[in-house]
Amino acid sequence: MSQSKQQKQTIVFTTFMVITVLVSAISIGVFFYIFFNGISVLSWGFFTGVPENGMTEGGIFPAIMGTLILIVGSGLVAFPMGILAGIFMNEYAHQNWFKKFVRLMTNNLAGIPSIVFGLFGMAFFVNGLGFGVSILSGCLTLGVLILPIIIRTTEESLKFIPDDYRLASYALGASKWQTIWRVILPAALPNIVTGVILAIGRVAGETAAILFTVAAYFLPKMPTSIYDETMALPYHLYVISTSGTDIEKARPYADGTALTLLMLVFGLNLLANWYRKRLNKKIKV
Amino acid sequence: MSSQNSLSDQNLSLDETAKNMTSEAKIITRNLDFFYGDFQALKNINTQIDAHTVTALIGPSGCGKSTYLRVLNRMNDLIEGAKVKGEVLIDGQNIYDKKLDINELRKNVGMVFQKPTPFPKSIFENVAYGLRVNGMTENIKERVEKSLQQAALWNEVKDHLKKSALGLSGGQQQRLCIARTIAIQPDIILMDEPTSALDPISASQIEDLIMELKERFTIIIVTHNMQQARRVSDKTAFFYLGDLEEYDETPKIFESPASEKTQNYIRGKFG
Repeated sequence: MSQSKQQKQTIVFTTFMVITVLVSAISIGVFFYIFFNGISVLSWGFFTGVPENGMTEGGIFPAIMGTLILIVGSGLVAFPMGILAGIFMNEYAHQNWFKKFVRLMTNNLAGIPSIVFGLFGMAFFVNGLGFGVSILSGCLTLGVLILPIIIRTTEESLKFIPDDYRLASYALGASKWQTIWRVILPAALPNIVTGVILAIGRVAGETAAILFTVAAYFLPKMPTSIYDETMALPYHLYVISTSGTDIEKARPYADGTALTLLMLVFGLNLLANWYRKRLNKKIKV
Repeated sequence: MSSQNSLSDQNLSLDETAKNMTSEAKIITRNLDFFYGDFQALKNINTQIDAHTVTALIGPSGCGKSTYLRVLNRMNDLIEGAKVKGEVLIDGQNIYDKKLDINELRKNVGMVFQKPTPFPKSIFENVAYGLRVNGMTENIKERVEKSLQQAALWNEVKDHLKKSALGLSGGQQQRLCIARTIAIQPDIILMDEPTSALDPISASQIEDLIMELKERFTIIIVTHNMQQARRVSDKTAFFYLGDLEEYDETPKIFESPASEKTQNYIRGKFG
Protein backbone atom coordinates (compact mmCIF):
# COMPACT_ATOMS: atom_id res chain seq x y z
CA MET A 1 0.00 0.00 0.00
CA SER A 2 1.37 3.42 -0.89
CA GLN A 3 2.28 5.98 1.76
CA SER A 4 -0.59 8.37 0.99
CA LYS A 5 -3.15 5.57 0.87
CA GLN A 6 -1.99 4.43 4.28
CA GLN A 7 -2.25 7.97 5.65
CA LYS A 8 -5.73 8.39 4.23
CA GLN A 9 -6.78 5.14 5.84
CA THR A 10 -5.43 6.28 9.23
CA ILE A 11 -7.27 9.59 9.00
CA VAL A 12 -10.56 7.97 8.07
CA PHE A 13 -10.19 5.36 10.78
CA THR A 14 -9.39 7.96 13.45
CA THR A 15 -12.31 10.13 12.42
CA PHE A 16 -14.75 7.24 12.73
CA MET A 17 -13.33 6.24 16.08
CA VAL A 18 -13.51 9.76 17.53
CA ILE A 19 -17.12 10.12 16.42
CA THR A 20 -18.03 6.73 17.89
CA VAL A 21 -16.38 7.58 21.20
CA LEU A 22 -18.13 10.94 21.25
CA VAL A 23 -21.54 9.37 20.69
CA SER A 24 -20.94 6.81 23.42
CA ALA A 25 -19.67 9.53 25.74
CA ILE A 26 -22.87 11.54 25.32
CA SER A 27 -25.14 8.63 26.20
CA ILE A 28 -22.90 7.52 29.07
CA GLY A 29 -22.79 11.12 30.28
CA VAL A 30 -26.58 11.43 30.29
CA PHE A 31 -26.91 8.13 32.10
CA PHE A 32 -24.39 8.99 34.82
CA TYR A 33 -25.80 12.48 35.28
CA ILE A 34 -29.22 11.03 36.02
CA PHE A 35 -27.71 8.17 37.99
CA PHE A 36 -25.65 10.30 40.42
CA ASN A 37 -28.43 12.85 40.87
CA GLY A 38 -31.03 10.24 41.60
CA ILE A 39 -29.22 7.47 43.40
CA SER A 40 -29.27 9.16 46.84
CA VAL A 41 -33.07 9.28 46.78
CA LEU A 42 -33.60 5.61 45.95
CA SER A 43 -34.70 3.44 48.84
CA TRP A 44 -37.20 0.68 49.44
CA GLY A 45 -39.66 3.24 50.70
CA PHE A 46 -39.27 5.30 47.55
CA PHE A 47 -40.37 2.36 45.39
CA THR A 48 -43.18 1.19 47.65
CA GLY A 49 -44.53 4.42 49.08
CA VAL A 50 -46.94 7.03 47.78
CA PRO A 51 -46.20 10.71 47.07
CA GLU A 52 -46.40 12.95 50.14
CA ASN A 53 -46.30 16.63 51.05
CA GLY A 54 -47.77 17.93 47.86
CA MET A 55 -45.71 15.49 45.81
CA THR A 56 -42.35 16.83 46.94
CA GLU A 57 -41.27 13.66 48.71
CA GLY A 58 -42.41 10.16 49.55
CA GLY A 59 -42.62 7.27 47.09
CA ILE A 60 -43.66 6.67 43.51
CA PHE A 61 -45.30 3.25 43.78
CA PRO A 62 -48.56 4.26 42.05
CA ALA A 63 -46.64 5.70 39.10
CA ILE A 64 -44.48 2.57 38.71
CA MET A 65 -47.54 0.35 38.79
CA GLY A 66 -49.36 2.64 36.36
CA THR A 67 -46.52 2.47 33.85
CA LEU A 68 -46.32 -1.33 34.14
CA ILE A 69 -50.08 -1.57 33.60
CA LEU A 70 -49.83 0.66 30.54
CA ILE A 71 -47.00 -1.47 29.11
CA VAL A 72 -48.95 -4.70 29.55
CA GLY A 73 -52.24 -3.22 28.40
CA SER A 74 -50.92 -1.53 25.28
CA GLY A 75 -48.96 -4.71 24.53
CA LEU A 76 -52.19 -6.72 24.68
CA VAL A 77 -53.72 -4.28 22.21
CA ALA A 78 -50.80 -3.91 19.81
CA PHE A 79 -48.78 -7.15 19.82
CA PRO A 80 -51.40 -9.59 18.51
CA MET A 81 -52.81 -7.08 16.04
CA GLY A 82 -49.41 -5.87 14.88
CA ILE A 83 -47.92 -9.33 14.50
CA LEU A 84 -50.96 -10.63 12.61
CA ALA A 85 -50.90 -7.57 10.35
CA GLY A 86 -47.17 -8.07 9.76
CA ILE A 87 -47.75 -11.72 8.85
CA PHE A 88 -50.53 -10.74 6.49
CA MET A 89 -48.40 -8.08 4.83
CA ASN A 90 -45.43 -10.34 4.19
CA GLU A 91 -46.99 -13.76 3.68
CA TYR A 92 -50.43 -13.19 2.24
CA ALA A 93 -50.80 -9.74 0.66
CA HIS A 94 -50.08 -9.60 -3.05
CA GLN A 95 -47.91 -6.88 -4.50
CA ASN A 96 -50.75 -4.50 -5.39
CA TRP A 97 -52.24 -1.11 -4.59
CA PHE A 98 -53.78 -2.39 -1.36
CA LYS A 99 -50.47 -3.51 0.07
CA LYS A 100 -48.82 -0.30 -1.02
CA PHE A 101 -51.62 1.70 0.55
CA VAL A 102 -51.41 -0.17 3.85
CA ARG A 103 -47.63 0.26 3.91
CA LEU A 104 -47.96 3.97 3.22
CA MET A 105 -50.48 4.36 6.04
CA THR A 106 -48.30 2.37 8.44
CA ASN A 107 -45.33 4.58 7.64
CA ASN A 108 -47.45 7.68 8.09
CA LEU A 109 -48.69 6.38 11.40
CA ALA A 110 -45.10 5.94 12.57
CA GLY A 111 -44.32 9.55 11.72
CA ILE A 112 -47.21 11.18 13.56
CA PRO A 113 -46.12 13.17 16.65
CA SER A 114 -47.28 11.54 19.84
CA ILE A 115 -49.22 14.58 21.01
CA VAL A 116 -51.45 14.08 17.97
CA PHE A 117 -52.05 10.50 19.11
CA GLY A 118 -52.91 11.91 22.53
CA LEU A 119 -55.47 14.28 21.06
CA PHE A 120 -56.84 11.54 18.81
CA GLY A 121 -57.14 9.24 21.82
CA MET A 122 -59.04 11.90 23.71
CA ALA A 123 -61.37 12.63 20.81
CA PHE A 124 -61.99 9.02 19.82
CA PHE A 125 -61.57 6.70 22.81
CA VAL A 126 -62.22 9.10 25.72
CA ASN A 127 -65.11 11.09 24.24
CA GLY A 128 -66.19 9.35 21.05
CA LEU A 129 -66.47 5.83 22.43
CA GLY A 130 -67.14 7.13 25.93
CA PHE A 131 -64.36 5.21 27.69
CA GLY A 132 -63.50 8.37 29.65
CA VAL A 133 -60.04 9.20 30.92
CA SER A 134 -59.13 5.62 31.79
CA ILE A 135 -56.59 2.83 31.56
CA LEU A 136 -58.62 1.44 28.66
CA SER A 137 -58.35 4.67 26.67
CA GLY A 138 -54.66 5.01 27.52
CA CYS A 139 -53.79 1.47 26.49
CA LEU A 140 -55.72 1.78 23.24
CA THR A 141 -54.00 5.08 22.42
CA LEU A 142 -50.55 3.72 23.25
CA GLY A 143 -51.41 0.53 21.36
CA VAL A 144 -52.19 2.49 18.21
CA LEU A 145 -48.99 4.48 18.75
CA ILE A 146 -46.72 1.42 18.78
CA LEU A 147 -48.68 -0.55 16.18
CA PRO A 148 -46.50 0.61 13.27
CA ILE A 149 -43.32 -0.46 15.08
CA ILE A 150 -44.70 -3.96 15.62
CA ILE A 151 -46.09 -4.31 12.10
CA ARG A 152 -42.88 -3.17 10.48
CA THR A 153 -40.50 -5.27 12.55
CA THR A 154 -42.70 -8.32 12.07
CA GLU A 155 -42.79 -7.75 8.34
CA GLU A 156 -39.05 -7.15 8.11
CA SER A 157 -38.26 -10.18 10.29
CA LEU A 158 -40.39 -12.42 8.08
CA LYS A 159 -38.86 -11.02 4.91
CA PHE A 160 -35.48 -11.97 6.32
CA ILE A 161 -36.41 -15.69 6.47
CA PRO A 162 -35.18 -17.40 3.30
CA ASP A 163 -37.81 -18.70 0.87
CA ASP A 164 -36.01 -22.06 0.94
CA TYR A 165 -37.71 -22.80 4.26
CA ARG A 166 -41.13 -22.10 2.80
CA LEU A 167 -40.53 -24.26 -0.28
CA ALA A 168 -39.06 -27.11 1.77
CA SER A 169 -42.06 -27.02 4.06
CA TYR A 170 -44.60 -27.00 1.22
CA ALA A 171 -42.71 -29.87 -0.40
CA LEU A 172 -43.38 -31.92 2.74
CA GLY A 173 -47.10 -31.42 2.36
CA ALA A 174 -47.44 -28.61 4.90
CA SER A 175 -50.12 -26.01 4.36
CA LYS A 176 -49.31 -22.34 4.22
CA TRP A 177 -50.47 -21.69 7.76
CA GLN A 178 -48.57 -24.73 9.12
CA THR A 179 -45.48 -23.40 7.38
CA ILE A 180 -45.89 -19.94 8.87
CA TRP A 181 -46.78 -21.17 12.35
CA ARG A 182 -44.23 -23.97 12.71
CA VAL A 183 -41.25 -22.80 10.65
CA ILE A 184 -41.35 -19.15 9.66
CA LEU A 185 -42.61 -17.53 12.88
CA PRO A 186 -40.25 -19.44 15.22
CA ALA A 187 -37.33 -18.53 12.98
CA ALA A 188 -38.39 -14.88 12.89
CA LEU A 189 -39.30 -14.61 16.56
CA PRO A 190 -35.92 -13.37 17.88
CA ASN A 191 -36.11 -10.40 15.53
CA ILE A 192 -39.76 -9.76 16.26
CA VAL A 193 -38.81 -9.58 19.93
CA THR A 194 -36.50 -6.70 19.05
CA GLY A 195 -39.48 -4.77 17.77
CA VAL A 196 -41.36 -5.58 20.92
CA ILE A 197 -38.44 -4.26 23.01
CA LEU A 198 -38.46 -0.99 21.10
CA ALA A 199 -42.20 -0.70 21.55
CA ILE A 200 -42.01 -1.34 25.28
CA GLY A 201 -39.36 1.34 25.69
CA ARG A 202 -41.56 3.72 23.76
CA VAL A 203 -44.61 3.02 25.93
CA ALA A 204 -42.67 3.32 29.18
CA GLY A 205 -41.40 6.78 28.28
CA GLU A 206 -44.42 8.15 26.43
CA THR A 207 -45.92 11.27 27.98
CA ALA A 208 -47.91 13.18 25.40
CA ALA A 209 -50.10 10.25 24.39
CA ILE A 210 -51.26 9.58 27.97
CA LEU A 211 -51.67 13.22 28.91
CA PHE A 212 -55.39 13.42 28.10
CA THR A 213 -56.26 9.77 27.94
CA VAL A 214 -55.27 8.10 31.21
CA ALA A 215 -52.71 9.96 33.33
CA ALA A 216 -53.76 11.16 36.78
CA TYR A 217 -52.12 14.16 38.42
CA PHE A 218 -52.25 12.66 41.87
CA LEU A 219 -53.89 9.33 42.63
CA PRO A 220 -52.17 7.29 45.31
CA LYS A 221 -54.87 4.60 45.22
CA MET A 222 -54.35 1.52 42.99
CA PRO A 223 -56.77 1.32 40.06
CA THR A 224 -59.46 -1.33 40.48
CA SER A 225 -60.82 -1.47 36.93
CA ILE A 226 -59.82 -0.58 33.38
CA TYR A 227 -62.11 2.44 33.62
CA ASP A 228 -59.96 4.03 36.35
CA GLU A 229 -57.29 6.60 35.81
CA THR A 230 -53.75 5.89 36.90
CA MET A 231 -50.51 7.72 37.56
CA ALA A 232 -47.55 6.94 35.27
CA LEU A 233 -43.82 7.61 35.61
CA PRO A 234 -43.19 9.97 32.69
CA TYR A 235 -46.25 12.11 33.35
CA HIS A 236 -45.51 12.13 37.06
CA LEU A 237 -42.00 13.34 36.31
CA TYR A 238 -43.38 16.05 34.08
CA VAL A 239 -45.82 17.21 36.75
CA ILE A 240 -43.38 17.37 39.64
CA SER A 241 -40.75 19.15 37.55
CA THR A 242 -43.01 21.76 35.99
CA SER A 243 -46.23 22.31 37.86
CA GLY A 244 -45.87 20.88 41.34
CA THR A 245 -46.49 22.77 44.56
CA ASP A 246 -42.80 23.40 45.26
CA ILE A 247 -40.60 22.50 42.30
CA GLU A 248 -37.30 23.37 43.98
CA LYS A 249 -38.06 21.26 47.01
CA ALA A 250 -39.19 18.36 44.82
CA ARG A 251 -35.96 18.31 42.79
CA PRO A 252 -34.36 15.23 44.50
CA TYR A 253 -37.71 13.44 44.35
CA ALA A 254 -37.89 14.18 40.62
CA ASP A 255 -34.33 13.00 40.07
CA GLY A 256 -35.17 9.71 41.77
CA THR A 257 -38.24 9.34 39.57
CA ALA A 258 -36.17 9.98 36.44
CA LEU A 259 -33.64 7.36 37.49
CA THR A 260 -36.41 4.85 38.22
CA LEU A 261 -37.91 5.38 34.78
CA LEU A 262 -34.50 4.96 33.19
CA MET A 263 -33.82 1.79 35.17
CA LEU A 264 -37.22 0.39 34.26
CA VAL A 265 -36.61 0.86 30.53
CA PHE A 266 -33.05 -0.48 30.83
CA GLY A 267 -34.23 -3.45 32.85
CA LEU A 268 -36.96 -4.32 30.37
CA ASN A 269 -34.50 -4.02 27.50
CA LEU A 270 -32.02 -6.31 29.23
CA LEU A 271 -34.74 -8.84 29.98
CA ALA A 272 -36.00 -8.83 26.41
CA ASN A 273 -32.46 -9.01 25.07
CA TRP A 274 -31.72 -12.01 27.24
CA TYR A 275 -34.87 -13.69 25.99
CA ARG A 276 -33.96 -12.95 22.39
CA LYS A 277 -30.49 -14.42 22.86
CA ARG A 278 -31.99 -17.53 24.38
CA LEU A 279 -34.33 -17.94 21.41
CA ASN A 280 -31.46 -17.44 19.01
CA LYS A 281 -29.38 -20.03 20.78
CA LYS A 282 -32.21 -22.50 20.56
CA ILE A 283 -32.32 -22.01 16.80
CA LYS A 284 -28.60 -21.99 16.09
CA VAL A 285 -26.54 -24.60 17.89
CA MET B 1 -64.75 -51.29 13.05
CA SER B 2 -61.39 -52.59 14.04
CA SER B 3 -61.68 -55.61 11.77
CA GLN B 4 -62.50 -53.30 8.91
CA ASN B 5 -59.41 -51.31 9.65
CA SER B 6 -57.12 -54.29 9.64
CA LEU B 7 -58.72 -55.47 6.44
CA SER B 8 -57.96 -52.21 4.67
CA ASP B 9 -54.44 -52.32 6.11
CA GLN B 10 -54.03 -55.73 4.56
CA ASN B 11 -55.29 -54.49 1.25
CA LEU B 12 -52.84 -51.66 1.45
CA SER B 13 -49.88 -53.91 2.08
CA LEU B 14 -51.02 -56.23 -0.72
CA ASP B 15 -51.19 -53.23 -3.00
CA GLU B 16 -47.70 -52.26 -2.03
CA THR B 17 -46.31 -55.70 -2.69
CA ALA B 18 -47.96 -55.64 -6.06
CA LYS B 19 -46.29 -52.33 -6.77
CA ASN B 20 -42.94 -53.73 -5.83
CA MET B 21 -43.35 -56.80 -7.97
CA THR B 22 -44.28 -55.32 -11.28
CA SER B 23 -42.75 -52.47 -13.10
CA GLU B 24 -45.67 -50.26 -14.00
CA ALA B 25 -46.25 -46.73 -15.11
CA LYS B 26 -46.00 -44.50 -12.05
CA ILE B 27 -46.00 -41.18 -13.83
CA ILE B 28 -47.39 -40.36 -17.24
CA THR B 29 -47.35 -36.97 -18.91
CA ARG B 30 -49.40 -36.42 -22.04
CA ASN B 31 -49.01 -33.40 -24.30
CA LEU B 32 -47.61 -31.43 -21.40
CA ASP B 33 -47.05 -27.73 -22.09
CA PHE B 34 -45.84 -25.31 -19.46
CA PHE B 35 -45.78 -21.51 -19.56
CA TYR B 36 -44.25 -18.80 -17.42
CA GLY B 37 -46.48 -15.97 -18.58
CA ASP B 38 -45.89 -15.84 -22.34
CA PHE B 39 -42.73 -17.90 -22.25
CA GLN B 40 -43.22 -21.57 -23.04
CA ALA B 41 -40.80 -23.57 -20.88
CA LEU B 42 -42.02 -27.07 -21.80
CA LYS B 43 -43.33 -28.11 -25.21
CA ASN B 44 -45.51 -31.14 -25.68
CA ILE B 45 -43.73 -33.46 -23.27
CA ASN B 46 -44.82 -37.11 -23.38
CA THR B 47 -43.19 -39.35 -20.81
CA GLN B 48 -43.82 -42.51 -18.90
CA ILE B 49 -41.83 -43.19 -15.75
CA ASP B 50 -41.99 -46.65 -14.19
CA ALA B 51 -42.17 -47.39 -10.49
CA HIS B 52 -38.92 -48.15 -8.65
CA THR B 53 -36.66 -46.71 -11.26
CA VAL B 54 -34.27 -43.80 -11.24
CA THR B 55 -34.74 -41.32 -14.03
CA ALA B 56 -32.11 -38.68 -14.71
CA LEU B 57 -33.07 -35.36 -16.30
CA ILE B 58 -30.20 -33.71 -18.11
CA GLY B 59 -29.77 -30.74 -20.40
CA PRO B 60 -28.28 -27.26 -20.52
CA SER B 61 -29.41 -24.58 -18.06
CA GLY B 62 -32.85 -23.24 -18.88
CA CYS B 63 -33.83 -26.30 -20.91
CA GLY B 64 -36.90 -27.05 -18.79
CA LYS B 65 -35.71 -30.02 -16.74
CA SER B 66 -36.26 -28.33 -13.37
CA THR B 67 -39.60 -27.02 -14.58
CA TYR B 68 -40.62 -30.55 -15.52
CA LEU B 69 -39.54 -31.79 -12.09
CA ARG B 70 -41.59 -29.11 -10.37
CA VAL B 71 -44.64 -29.91 -12.47
CA LEU B 72 -44.77 -33.28 -10.75
CA ASN B 73 -45.34 -31.93 -7.22
CA ARG B 74 -46.99 -28.72 -8.41
CA MET B 75 -44.28 -26.59 -6.89
CA ASN B 76 -44.69 -24.32 -9.92
CA ASP B 77 -48.12 -23.33 -8.64
CA LEU B 78 -46.32 -20.91 -6.31
CA ILE B 79 -45.01 -18.90 -9.24
CA GLU B 80 -47.32 -16.17 -10.44
CA GLY B 81 -48.28 -16.49 -14.08
CA ALA B 82 -47.38 -20.18 -14.33
CA LYS B 83 -49.75 -22.26 -16.50
CA VAL B 84 -49.96 -25.96 -17.29
CA LYS B 85 -51.64 -27.61 -20.28
CA GLY B 86 -51.99 -31.29 -20.99
CA GLU B 87 -52.20 -34.18 -18.56
CA VAL B 88 -49.99 -35.32 -15.71
CA LEU B 89 -51.05 -38.66 -14.23
CA ILE B 90 -49.60 -40.19 -11.10
CA ASP B 91 -50.96 -43.67 -10.41
CA GLY B 92 -53.54 -42.91 -13.05
CA GLN B 93 -54.85 -39.80 -11.35
CA ASN B 94 -54.59 -36.37 -12.96
CA ILE B 95 -52.69 -34.29 -10.43
CA TYR B 96 -53.97 -31.04 -11.96
CA ASP B 97 -57.53 -32.06 -11.21
CA LYS B 98 -59.28 -29.19 -9.40
CA LYS B 99 -60.50 -31.51 -6.65
CA LEU B 100 -57.04 -32.80 -5.84
CA ASP B 101 -55.63 -31.99 -2.40
CA ILE B 102 -52.29 -30.39 -3.17
CA ASN B 103 -50.79 -31.06 0.28
CA GLU B 104 -51.70 -34.71 -0.10
CA LEU B 105 -49.97 -34.75 -3.50
CA ARG B 106 -46.79 -33.23 -2.05
CA LYS B 107 -46.84 -35.72 0.77
CA ASN B 108 -46.85 -38.45 -1.86
CA VAL B 109 -44.27 -36.77 -4.10
CA GLY B 110 -41.34 -35.71 -1.94
CA MET B 111 -38.64 -33.27 -3.00
CA VAL B 112 -34.98 -32.72 -2.19
CA PHE B 113 -33.56 -29.35 -3.19
CA GLN B 114 -30.23 -28.28 -4.57
CA LYS B 115 -29.21 -26.38 -1.46
CA PRO B 116 -29.65 -28.39 1.74
CA THR B 117 -32.51 -26.66 3.55
CA PRO B 118 -32.80 -27.98 7.09
CA PHE B 119 -35.20 -25.94 9.22
CA PRO B 120 -33.70 -23.98 12.14
CA LYS B 121 -34.84 -26.73 14.49
CA SER B 122 -33.23 -29.74 16.11
CA ILE B 123 -32.17 -32.74 14.04
CA PHE B 124 -35.05 -34.75 15.50
CA GLU B 125 -37.64 -32.04 14.88
CA ASN B 126 -36.50 -31.64 11.29
CA VAL B 127 -37.37 -35.24 10.51
CA ALA B 128 -40.48 -35.20 12.69
CA TYR B 129 -41.77 -32.04 11.00
CA GLY B 130 -43.28 -33.77 7.98
CA LEU B 131 -44.93 -36.34 10.24
CA ARG B 132 -46.41 -33.66 12.47
CA VAL B 133 -47.82 -31.47 9.69
CA ASN B 134 -49.39 -34.55 8.11
CA GLY B 135 -51.04 -35.52 11.36
CA MET B 136 -49.01 -38.70 11.90
CA THR B 137 -48.66 -38.43 15.64
CA GLU B 138 -47.97 -42.07 16.43
CA ASN B 139 -44.55 -43.69 16.74
CA ILE B 140 -42.80 -40.48 15.84
CA LYS B 141 -39.63 -41.55 17.58
CA GLU B 142 -39.43 -44.86 15.75
CA ARG B 143 -40.20 -43.31 12.39
CA VAL B 144 -37.56 -40.62 12.86
CA GLU B 145 -34.97 -43.23 13.77
CA LYS B 146 -35.87 -45.44 10.83
CA SER B 147 -35.76 -42.57 8.37
CA LEU B 148 -32.36 -41.44 9.63
CA GLN B 149 -31.11 -45.00 9.25
CA GLN B 150 -32.45 -45.23 5.71
CA ALA B 151 -30.75 -41.96 4.88
CA ALA B 152 -27.46 -43.36 6.27
CA LEU B 153 -27.23 -40.59 8.83
CA TRP B 154 -28.30 -42.33 12.04
CA ASN B 155 -24.85 -43.37 13.25
CA GLU B 156 -23.53 -39.86 12.93
CA VAL B 157 -26.36 -38.07 14.73
CA LYS B 158 -27.94 -40.57 17.12
CA ASP B 159 -26.21 -39.06 20.17
CA HIS B 160 -27.20 -35.47 19.49
CA LEU B 161 -30.67 -35.54 18.03
CA LYS B 162 -31.58 -32.48 20.10
CA LYS B 163 -28.85 -30.33 18.60
CA SER B 164 -29.66 -27.82 15.89
CA ALA B 165 -29.60 -29.20 12.36
CA LEU B 166 -27.77 -26.08 11.23
CA GLY B 167 -24.63 -27.37 12.94
CA LEU B 168 -24.34 -30.35 10.56
CA SER B 169 -22.03 -30.37 7.54
CA GLY B 170 -23.47 -29.75 4.08
CA GLY B 171 -23.48 -33.44 3.20
CA GLN B 172 -25.09 -34.37 6.50
CA GLN B 173 -27.69 -31.64 6.03
CA GLN B 174 -28.58 -33.01 2.61
CA ARG B 175 -28.95 -36.53 3.99
CA LEU B 176 -31.09 -35.04 6.75
CA CYS B 177 -33.30 -33.49 4.08
CA ILE B 178 -33.58 -36.90 2.43
CA ALA B 179 -34.47 -38.46 5.81
CA ARG B 180 -37.08 -35.75 6.28
CA THR B 181 -38.53 -36.53 2.88
CA ILE B 182 -38.69 -40.32 3.28
CA ALA B 183 -40.10 -40.06 6.81
CA ILE B 184 -43.55 -39.31 5.44
CA GLN B 185 -43.27 -42.30 3.11
CA PRO B 186 -43.80 -40.78 -0.31
CA ASP B 187 -43.97 -42.95 -3.43
CA ILE B 188 -41.90 -40.63 -5.53
CA ILE B 189 -38.84 -38.55 -4.65
CA LEU B 190 -37.84 -35.61 -6.84
CA MET B 191 -34.25 -34.45 -6.52
CA ASP B 192 -33.14 -31.14 -7.97
CA GLU B 193 -29.35 -31.29 -8.35
CA PRO B 194 -29.05 -32.77 -4.87
CA THR B 195 -25.25 -33.01 -4.89
CA SER B 196 -24.18 -29.90 -6.77
CA ALA B 197 -23.62 -27.93 -3.55
CA LEU B 198 -21.63 -30.74 -1.91
CA ASP B 199 -18.03 -31.92 -1.81
CA PRO B 200 -17.17 -35.08 -3.82
CA ILE B 201 -17.24 -37.46 -0.84
CA SER B 202 -20.64 -36.25 0.38
CA ALA B 203 -21.87 -36.38 -3.21
CA SER B 204 -20.87 -40.01 -3.62
CA GLN B 205 -22.58 -40.88 -0.31
CA ILE B 206 -25.78 -39.35 -1.66
CA GLU B 207 -25.38 -41.31 -4.90
CA ASP B 208 -25.03 -44.57 -2.99
CA LEU B 209 -28.11 -43.62 -1.06
CA ILE B 210 -30.10 -42.95 -4.22
CA MET B 211 -29.33 -46.44 -5.49
CA GLU B 212 -30.49 -47.97 -2.23
CA LEU B 213 -33.65 -45.89 -2.09
CA LYS B 214 -34.65 -47.07 -5.54
CA GLU B 215 -35.91 -50.29 -3.90
CA ARG B 216 -38.68 -48.40 -2.19
CA PHE B 217 -39.20 -45.22 -4.14
CA THR B 218 -39.47 -43.93 -7.66
CA ILE B 219 -36.74 -41.36 -8.07
CA ILE B 220 -36.34 -38.55 -10.56
CA ILE B 221 -33.14 -36.58 -10.41
CA VAL B 222 -32.06 -33.41 -12.19
CA THR B 223 -28.30 -33.31 -12.64
CA HIS B 224 -25.60 -31.43 -14.50
CA ASN B 225 -23.14 -34.18 -13.81
CA MET B 226 -23.05 -36.67 -16.71
CA GLN B 227 -21.14 -39.31 -14.73
CA GLN B 228 -23.71 -39.08 -12.00
CA ALA B 229 -26.59 -39.54 -14.42
CA ARG B 230 -24.82 -42.52 -15.87
CA ARG B 231 -24.05 -44.10 -12.51
CA VAL B 232 -27.38 -43.77 -10.76
CA SER B 233 -30.12 -43.79 -13.38
CA ASP B 234 -32.01 -46.43 -15.31
CA LYS B 235 -33.43 -44.00 -17.81
CA THR B 236 -32.25 -40.61 -18.92
CA ALA B 237 -34.24 -37.75 -20.41
CA PHE B 238 -32.41 -35.06 -22.35
CA PHE B 239 -34.21 -31.72 -22.47
CA TYR B 240 -33.30 -29.01 -24.90
CA LEU B 241 -34.97 -25.58 -25.16
CA GLY B 242 -38.20 -26.89 -23.66
CA ASP B 243 -38.36 -29.99 -25.85
CA LEU B 244 -37.82 -33.52 -24.69
CA GLU B 245 -35.12 -34.24 -27.23
CA GLU B 246 -34.45 -37.82 -26.26
CA TYR B 247 -35.67 -40.19 -23.57
CA ASP B 248 -34.36 -43.72 -23.32
CA GLU B 249 -32.45 -46.30 -21.31
CA THR B 250 -29.41 -44.64 -19.74
CA PRO B 251 -26.78 -46.85 -21.44
CA LYS B 252 -28.41 -46.19 -24.80
CA ILE B 253 -28.39 -42.41 -24.27
CA PHE B 254 -24.75 -42.38 -23.29
CA GLU B 255 -23.43 -44.92 -25.76
CA SER B 256 -25.48 -44.48 -28.88
CA PRO B 257 -27.84 -41.52 -28.62
CA ALA B 258 -30.26 -41.13 -31.49
CA SER B 259 -30.10 -37.36 -31.58
CA GLU B 260 -27.05 -35.38 -32.57
CA LYS B 261 -27.89 -32.74 -29.97
CA THR B 262 -27.85 -35.34 -27.24
CA GLN B 263 -24.52 -36.61 -28.44
CA ASN B 264 -23.01 -33.13 -28.53
CA TYR B 265 -24.33 -32.34 -25.08
CA ILE B 266 -23.09 -35.44 -23.30
CA ARG B 267 -19.71 -35.09 -24.98
CA GLY B 268 -19.46 -31.59 -23.52
CA LYS B 269 -19.71 -29.65 -26.76
CA PHE B 270 -22.22 -27.24 -25.24
CA GLY B 271 -24.05 -26.81 -22.00
